[in-house]
Amino acid sequence: MSSNKGRFSRRGFIQGVGIGSGALGTGLLEKEAAAAPPANVVGPGPVPLTLNVNGKPVNVTVEPAVTLCDALRNYLDMTGAKRVCDRGTCGACTVIMNGKTVYSCTTLAIDAQGKNIETIEGLGGPEKMHPVSAAFWNNDAQQCGYCTPGFVMACKGFLDEHPDPTMEQVKHGLGGNLCRCGTYMGVRKAVLEAAAAMKGAKKNG
Amino acid sequence: MANTPDYSWPPMESRKVIGKPMKRLDGPAKSTGRAKYASDTKPKDMLFAVYVHSPHAHARVTAVDTADAEKMPGVKAVHVAAPAGTECMWEGWEIAAIAATTEHAARQAAGKIKVEYEVLPHLVKDDDLKLAAGKTKQGGEKVVGDPDQTFKDAEVVSEGKYGIPIINHCCLEPHGAILQWQGDKVMAWPSTQDVTTWAGQLSPNIKVDAANIKVKMDYIGGGFGSKFGPDAWGAVAAILSQKAGGRPVKLFLERDAEQMIAGNRPPAYGTIKIAGKKDGTITGWQSDTWSTGNMPLPYIIDQIPNLRVNHATLTINSGPPRAWRAPNNQQVCYLTCGAVEDFAAKIGMDPIEVFKKAVEHGPKPRIDTYKYQLDKAAEVSDWKKLWKPRGTSTGPVKRGLGVAISAWGGGGHNSNCRTTINPDGSVLVEIGTQDLGTGTRTIITQVAAESLGLPMSKIKLAIGTNDLPPDAASGGSSTVGGVTVSTRRSAVNAVNKLFEAAAPSLGAQPEDLEAVDGHIRIKGSPNKSITWEAACKKIGPGKISEMGQFNRRQPAPGMNDQGAAGVQIADVSVDTETGIVKINRYTAVTDCGLIVNPRLAESQIYGGIIMGISTALFEQRFLDQQTGKYLNADMEMYKLAGIGDIGDIKVHLDIRPENDKRGVIGLGEPCAVAICAAIGNAVTNAIGVRVPHIPMTPMHVLNALEGRIA
Repeated sequence: MSSNKGRFSRRGFIQGVGIGSGALGTGLLEKEAAAAPPANVVGPGPVPLTLNVNGKPVNVTVEPAVTLCDALRNYLDMTGAKRVCDRGTCGACTVIMNGKTVYSCTTLAIDAQGKNIETIEGLGGPEKMHPVSAAFWNNDAQQCGYCTPGFVMACKGFLDEHPDPTMEQVKHGLGGNLCRCGTYMGVRKAVLEAAAAMKGAKKNG
Repeated sequence: MANTPDYSWPPMESRKVIGKPMKRLDGPAKSTGRAKYASDTKPKDMLFAVYVHSPHAHARVTAVDTADAEKMPGVKAVHVAAPAGTECMWEGWEIAAIAATTEHAARQAAGKIKVEYEVLPHLVKDDDLKLAAGKTKQGGEKVVGDPDQTFKDAEVVSEGKYGIPIINHCCLEPHGAILQWQGDKVMAWPSTQDVTTWAGQLSPNIKVDAANIKVKMDYIGGGFGSKFGPDAWGAVAAILSQKAGGRPVKLFLERDAEQMIAGNRPPAYGTIKIAGKKDGTITGWQSDTWSTGNMPLPYIIDQIPNLRVNHATLTINSGPPRAWRAPNNQQVCYLTCGAVEDFAAKIGMDPIEVFKKAVEHGPKPRIDTYKYQLDKAAEVSDWKKLWKPRGTSTGPVKRGLGVAISAWGGGGHNSNCRTTINPDGSVLVEIGTQDLGTGTRTIITQVAAESLGLPMSKIKLAIGTNDLPPDAASGGSSTVGGVTVSTRRSAVNAVNKLFEAAAPSLGAQPEDLEAVDGHIRIKGSPNKSITWEAACKKIGPGKISEMGQFNRRQPAPGMNDQGAAGVQIADVSVDTETGIVKINRYTAVTDCGLIVNPRLAESQIYGGIIMGISTALFEQRFLDQQTGKYLNADMEMYKLAGIGDIGDIKVHLDIRPENDKRGVIGLGEPCAVAICAAIGNAVTNAIGVRVPHIPMTPMHVLNALEGRIA
């Protein structure tokens, strides 16, 4: 909602306590906040940024208040990451930054400069699906599909760190992504299938 | 040709595509992030719009000043939706909207709109009738038989308080649309459950002929009953587009507004008394309930011979109620099945046996189904081994089982389908329907493929625009029943035309032909055949284009049906020291008629159950009566179940020949009804006292254990 007094600003939110349970679980946002250098003063008008998305530098001119999620969706036509809760809770906007899964709605685009950003567009398309995407399809881990790209990216990030997960680890490690249609039974199976497929690919590769 | 073509479904054993667990057709697009939802669409020169909402639960607008906002950079259009004098009935009421070149610019400008309010008294709490004096409306009392005498004479009377709160749809894709108004034409990209009639609903609000409004939607990110119409924002986006000289305008609600104004499910609260015999027979029912909507009680067992039913409706200052996956069924199921469980506990009987007697008061055609399904659910859930009388589980973590029954209609909606067969062998199937994620694309294609004797990959399907043959809203689990029948009829009509074209070259009569495995062949003589492509070459220079229809006023016996039963059992553990409830296993036995795709059917049922677990354990709006504010209009403190919160789920599709014979029945809703009731009963069975209010949060559980019942 816009303009009402008492509304938390996004910056205040990001600097403050508003970290969703999933991010808290991994402690990523906290680490990022602690490691960040003092911010240069720019804005409030648009500033030119270069983002490294899926291995390619892309230029975008946005206000410093614009999130990575909105930069991807509104300026770069990469709409795989969805804006749902917009406050770091639901994981629909998940991307991988420097090897770690992050909520792109709670990451400012300006802070994503100089980092390796992987979005779902960087995984294979429908013709040549990444094993995680394929496993989501094989196990019907989707209904409306709005949470799916975020789930796929969270799953990829999770498997990069836990290549051989137990079901208990899956339940814990993917707790930061919410689905309203209720596709978790399929997601559980998909993560294990993807883990097996990726291990197989590694062995053969 | 026979006068009336035979549209009936092929027998179970000879189906090649129908009934098979095909993977969903749009799975690859969804799993790779390539599927474009309405909210992902970005037509050229699109503007972003944001709303200014009322911060008060009840107020009158006394002034709106947009002058400063209009001067802000990037602003292209401003629309005042609530001019001075408007009475705003809830927090989040839309006051004004601004369209600008970027979302950031629109937000900055929205902050410059000055609104003055006269704040009025409000009521936001729905669970306390004492606060609601003057805001309630008593419905007429319903009396059947002689309830007073029945309760006086009863061997046993049980009584309990029950409550199930307002919850939010919380669609992941918020409500909204992109509208472009150029000249006398409007193009719309909405997120909707009703592509076919969306334009007709918008038309009077913007005074543009429905024929000049084109609607397109490929994917929707959740609706659950809350996205049937264009809503106010559809019209506002159109007006902003017109004011901005025809540039497309995107207006989607932000998350807090989505929670506040875009849909909630009515609550139900009250007291229920049951009179009965020690053998488990229920003889009387008395309920005094209230809600923001109507709550017809008792649920399913409404033929109890002695009834006294009172219900009051209440108006509160919070966003309007909307339909919810099986509207009102979850609430009345919770109230009814909770009361039946409490009656069973009072007489010390196994609730499965009491429910078997209770369903004698249900709809005649379903009585045996319920009894069968109660036994089946008991078997699948290991009830006989695991169930113990109420409150006899020992230790700090107590295990309990609870059962509940459900019912739903699920008849098909009106649907029209066109099947086109081209001389090159290609096939196009067209229906103005939508795929909510239920798998509608996949099942239409399965039916067409089965009917044409082709693999699914040979069928091209067009859905999601309003210039296709009209379908209807996806609500009431009616889509599958409608589209399967219209598709079947259209495809059979088309293939019959192909038989006419191909018959001479096979030296046969058209009615002697069949389409199987990509061939047109003489029935009973698989060797006398030509390929599909060769047959299509005989069509000549034109093409075959045949319609098929389902009209719900003309039932299609054996093709689709309505009326689904269902029994579900929850197995939970309750930590009596922390109040935390965990699902061990959840069992669903589901009535389902002819199953077009068991993989997708199972997904639907998992989904309904998981949504129900979320409601039963977590979902709660906090509306503060002091300030009138919705305190958790977000997804962080408005809790939804996650992947680790749902235990194990076992689905038993009740696929028996007698069910298959009924034809296709929608199943998205029947599976989503009984969860709060089954979990509530399981918790009560575990800890020995009724936790009256859903959700089964630690606070509610501990309050009940301590005797602090709200």
